[in-house]
Amino acid sequence: MNEKLTEKTFEEALARLEEIIGALENGELNLEESLKLFEEGIALARHCNAKLDEAQGKVELLLGVEKGAAVTAPFTPEEE
Amino acid sequence: MPEILTVTQVTIYLKQLIETDQLLQKVWVRGEISNFKLHSSGHMYFTLKDQTSCLRAVMFRRENQWLKFQPYDGLEVVAAGRIAVYPKNGEYQLYVELMEAAGLGSLYLAFEQLKSRLAQEGLFAPERKKPIPVLPRKIGVITSPTGAAVRDIIRILHRRHPRVDILVIPAQVQGETAPASLVKALQIAGSLKELDLVIIARGGGSAEELWAFNDEAVARAVAACPHPVISGVGHETDFTITDLVADLRAPTPSGAAELSVPEITALANRIKLYTDNLYALFTRLCARKRAELERLVCRPVLRQPERWIAVRRQQVDEGKEELIRRMKLLLEDKRKLLRKEMARLDALSPLAVMKRGYSICLRESDGQVVKESGAVTPGEDLRILLSRGKLRAKVEAVLEDVMG
Repeated sequence: MNEKLTEKTFEEALARLEEIIGALENGELNLEESLKLFEEGIALARHCNAKLDEAQGKVELLLGVEKGAAVTAPFTPEEE
Repeated sequence: MPEILTVTQVTIYLKQLIETDQLLQKVWVRGEISNFKLHSSGHMYFTLKDQTSCLRAVMFRRENQWLKFQPYDGLEVVAAGRIAVYPKNGEYQLYVELMEAAGLGSLYLAFEQLKSRLAQEGLFAPERKKPIPVLPRKIGVITSPTGAAVRDIIRILHRRHPRVDILVIPAQVQGETAPASLVKALQIAGSLKELDLVIIARGGGSAEELWAFNDEAVARAVAACPHPVISGVGHETDFTITDLVADLRAPTPSGAAELSVPEITALANRIKLYTDNLYALFTRLCARKRAELERLVCRPVLRQPERWIAVRRQQVDEGKEELIRRMKLLLEDKRKLLRKEMARLDALSPLAVMKRGYSICLRESDGQVVKESGAVTPGEDLRILLSRGKLRAKVEAVLEDVMG
């Protein structure tokens, strides 16, 4: 499950998490199924949180493209 | 004596003259609106004038409902329609069918033409629109690297989501070369796989300043971009072709930034809420299963087994009694049967015959029944069985086998 989880986009993970909560709310599952879903849900929530922290908040200005890769410089917009 | 005409005759003559003139039946007139009046019927009455002349004009409700702007005194317009005579006032006037604001007019026309062409191609179709990712990691921002728009976008993006990466892709956003520059920027953005989302933006300006965003090549480049594109061009009221092609239109550059990333705290809260929900739901489920178990444990059979056993014991006792009763009956039957059989047996027994006086003679030596006198010799011991008791006897003589 974990292997597949890391491939999930944030949206997919969030959607699956919502689905799991829906299924648990429905309450028609047996204990074993519920436990499995619960564990998956917790893993998904962790995955989502990790995704939230993934980017670094960099701001760059594109100078050009070389061999398909962006050449950039740090960018700070001018103040008014 | 010249022919004297009535006023009506003159008017009708003029009317026919004017209304059969090719040029006057489809005429484009440029002028400034004055004395504009919107009648309660919905019809518009006004005068078109220039430095030296004026022309009465009317635009009926049926036509003016399609106007894209509200006419007002002093506005330069180009009006299309036909000249006709209104006999009651003896006036000729322009019956306006189409009207465009002059200056903007030609651009406007071009805009409308491009818009309907691209719409026909399906470029604005909702089903073409790519979904905007909930949490983009890196956003390409196509705009001028100087000016308020880029600053506002970066500020808002990072206020909402401090960790989102931003790549400013510089482009000219006005002037002759702007369309080509925007197209190039869009192509570059499309080629950069690390981008999850593209914002194309420009701050407010005049219609002419925003015109690059109505360029066909720009529109097609937006449509061709593999990443979702959010547009934020000009102000709330500005609608450009780019806006229509973009996957999502924001009213302003700031608006585009708002729509690009979620409020990260809100999202984090949502995930927190989901996690809490998960725990709560699972806890509740466990509690329910436990309650089910408790209920089972509380069943009398498990809680007071002796009671259950007592009941069973009673059943066993009852069973036992029944068994005995049935056994007795059975024995009784068998006994009756036995008595009957014994009576039958009795009737067949030699004892019954012996009771009538017969006896049985046996040879003592071997117990053989003696049936004829020749079977014994004198001196041999005999045993005689009587109805009651036995005798021991000795053969004295063997007599002839003569009856009597």
